[in-house]
Amino acid sequence: MSETRHVIPIWFFIGILLTVYGFLILGAGLWDVINGIKRDVVMADLHAAVWWGVLLLTLGLFYCIRFRPGKE
Amino acid sequence: MGTHSTRLLAMSPVDLAIVVIYFLLVLAIGFYLKRRADTGESFFMAGRQMTAWIAGLAFISANLGSLEMMGWAAATYQYGILSAHAYLIGAIPAILFLAVVMLPFYYICRTHSVPGYLSLRYGEPARAVSGISFALMTILMSGVNMYSMAVVMKVILGWDLHFSIWVSSLTVAIYVAAGGLLSAIFNEVLQFFLIWLGTLLIPILGLIECGGWDGMMARVTANFGPGYAHLWSTLGSFDGNAMGTHWTAIVFGWGLALSFGYWTTDFLVVQRVLTARDLRSARMGTVIGAALKMMVPLIVIVPGLLGLALLPMKLVPESEALATGAHSFNEVLPLMMARYCGPGLLGLGVTALIAGFMSGMAGNVSAFATVWTYDIYKPLLRKTASDAHYVRMGRWCTMIGVFVSVGTAYLVMRFSSIMVYTQVLFGFFIVPLFGVVILGMLWKRATPAGGFWGLLAGTLSSIGMWTWVQLDPGTLRIIALSPHAKELSENSFRAIWTLCISVLSTVVVSLCTKPRAEAELKNLVYGLTPIPSEGHFAWYRRPAFWAVVVGIGMVVINVIFW
Repeated sequence: MSETRHVIPIWFFIGILLTVYGFLILGAGLWDVINGIKRDVVMADLHAAVWWGVLLLTLGLFYCIRFRPGKE
Repeated sequence: MGTHSTRLLAMSPVDLAIVVIYFLLVLAIGFYLKRRADTGESFFMAGRQMTAWIAGLAFISANLGSLEMMGWAAATYQYGILSAHAYLIGAIPAILFLAVVMLPFYYICRTHSVPGYLSLRYGEPARAVSGISFALMTILMSGVNMYSMAVVMKVILGWDLHFSIWVSSLTVAIYVAAGGLLSAIFNEVLQFFLIWLGTLLIPILGLIECGGWDGMMARVTANFGPGYAHLWSTLGSFDGNAMGTHWTAIVFGWGLALSFGYWTTDFLVVQRVLTARDLRSARMGTVIGAALKMMVPLIVIVPGLLGLALLPMKLVPESEALATGAHSFNEVLPLMMARYCGPGLLGLGVTALIAGFMSGMAGNVSAFATVWTYDIYKPLLRKTASDAHYVRMGRWCTMIGVFVSVGTAYLVMRFSSIMVYTQVLFGFFIVPLFGVVILGMLWKRATPAGGFWGLLAGTLSSIGMWTWVQLDPGTLRIIALSPHAKELSENSFRAIWTLCISVLSTVVVSLCTKPRAEAELKNLVYGLTPIPSEGHFAWYRRPAFWAVVVGIGMVVINVIFW
């Protein structure tokens, strides 16, 4: 850990959570785009779930790799 | 889980999966950290090994709960951009003062808590008063968080009130009892990311919809008038703004009494930076916290303003909403979430709110465990016991604290306005404490009797003033200087008087009693505490430099939105 040597860094747990969330949200967004589903929300045309999902996935993978356990 | 016919949002399977994954991860973190929290120092103080960034994030996250977010978004809908003062003059000067002036005293005396500092500075009677009032406040605040979360889940998702209270409280009890403060801090940092990533889409999409900041403010002004769009220019008279307040209440009430009390002596937030690995990290973490605090209006104040600009319906006070079935001010954030978030994003937003509430509970419960164990149980009930005994006591009183909080959650159901309730609590217990602590740090003549009576007089007078206005509303013009003052304004003025009373009582009693010898005040008082020099660090690595940068940033924001 960045705080002590024996604890997995909090950043790694954040990475796991964001990766899983990014995957789920991106999947839900792509599902709507592919199937032409238009949700009853304002600005639906911007497909926020797709690019927000990509952002979460990217951030999550970065934290997972950068702070993986055992990396000095 | 039950359903509710008037719920705002409908969750899809992917949304539910996102919520469930969050619960599983926090429990896993709690069990993982259990083995690391087996000594008093690691359970109660997270081993004092946090970096500046983690200490700073935990410091600001302990404050950035869902209660805070939904409450201030609602206040923005009610009072306009004036609510942003809570994030500017109502926070930043106090946080920077903590970083630059007060933190060295807390850190160098190696106290576990603010009542612990009072014990060293003023003796056991002052510690007993503040320890008991802190324990009471943390339990009441934890109950408020629990209840608010249950209400929000009921309103926006249709979940059963009791189901929400018990699932969230059991989860918090397990992960804090297992991992102690370290577990609470891990979850606060996690919650910080969730809150930002779960709510940032609202201002982004809202500003796109409005055509930018100018477009949003033009709509706000067209819908509600110019009084909602300025930070200072409407504060020249009590009648010129929606809050019914005056600039003196903002500067001396929010900016001095309430904010200095909360940010420098509320043990819940101060405890976070005391976990830093050295004094420089603690100070830098606090300055980082101040910078992050200034950014929070983006996800709290802007959604409130977007509600004023875009929502087709007019939101009403909670009491009117209950009577008429209309949407209340408190629902502005979930309403904006429902406006923009489809499947997946909705789950993320809801998880952010749940995380914020649970983190608020965890913070209060872990502070309760520390204050009970170190400031009530150890000095008053069992002075000598093994470290392992106190850790066991910490784990047990975490569980007990959660269950007592559940009781207070059901008690809070009787109150109509939760934000006002929490502000009143701060006024009772935190504001008098600030007067006594700051005198203790800066004035070596302050005596143990002065500290004790200052604390008691401040607390009792605050409770007395509040009761007076409750019994006779006409006295509002005496306490708040105006019969038109709204509750937030009344709280500000009561805080000013409370601070004056506690400071005056401490000074008068101190001058009439015998001071402690200087040798006993070493490492506790200004002038008798050697502050480590930071001169060997490059200028850009010194907390004082970054404190100036953050201070300038605050002034610039105030000028821009004058």
